[in-house]
Amino acid sequence: MELGQIVFDKKLHFTRDSLVRYAGASGDFNPIHYRDDIAQRVGLPGVLAHGMLTMGAAISPLFDELGIGVLDYSVRFSKPVLVDAENGSELNVSAEVVELDGDKAKLAIKALFNDQTVLAKSFAWVTNA
Amino acid sequence: MVNPEIIGKTYPVTKPYVVGREKIREFALATFHSENSPSVSLEASKKAGFGDLVAPPTFAIVLQQQSLEMVIDDPEAELDFSRVVHGDQGFRYQRPIVAGDELTSQLSVESLKELAGNQMITFVTKIFDPQGSEISEARSTLVVRGG
Repeated sequence: MELGQIVFDKKLHFTRDSLVRYAGASGDFNPIHYRDDIAQRVGLPGVLAHGMLTMGAAISPLFDELGIGVLDYSVRFSKPVLVDAENGSELNVSAEVVELDGDKAKLAIKALFNDQTVLAKSFAWVTNA
Repeated sequence: MVNPEIIGKTYPVTKPYVVGREKIREFALATFHSENSPSVSLEASKKAGFGDLVAPPTFAIVLQQQSLEMVIDDPEAELDFSRVVHGDQGFRYQRPIVAGDELTSQLSVESLKELAGNQMITFVTKIFDPQGSEISEARSTLVVRGG
């Protein structure tokens, strides 16, 4: 990897089905991820994606395509990703190499939803393949 | 509202969790990993040098979730999970989690802050192998919406 390299840049489509599937896989059954009425009762516009679904999906191309180890990965969930019942929502995820340190590389992970950053301060340290 | 008395509280170590191959696959496919991922394909994981499927980078959340259940079920904590949204999350790995691992975890409440009518609670969950060596640490901040 080289400094400034864009390691991947990809579009992902989240649907309500994605949220149900993630709830089952992760064990996070917070109803704000599948019930609009409960989401609205706590002041949210409607059902939103699990932050952990966004975090996990945002790094999946890196892990799958490069087969490299992730040593450290942290994010801030800066905006909710609302998932429309009919149309779902589209995310753009990408990663750029921002620092190299011996056999390790630091990547800035970006996730955009409606042109807004939904993962802030989002970095991963990986083994430099 | 979360009870400030739980700051500094350390919950008991969870029962051992055996990381299943199909659980890794299910989690990986739910987080948009491909069929050729070392978390889905045994061939890919062996090519990457592992004896079995490798868990995706955020899989430790499953272990954290088990510890978090103790907080949700703790009457002293008064944590209403339907008012919770995720603020921050981080994972640090000493080594990757692989199918067949038998892991335990232990959660501590690091801090509780109030901000604009909401509460921000930070937990640290350490994940251990059967020998008691730490293999990962998950750090999580939840925002408990007031009102």
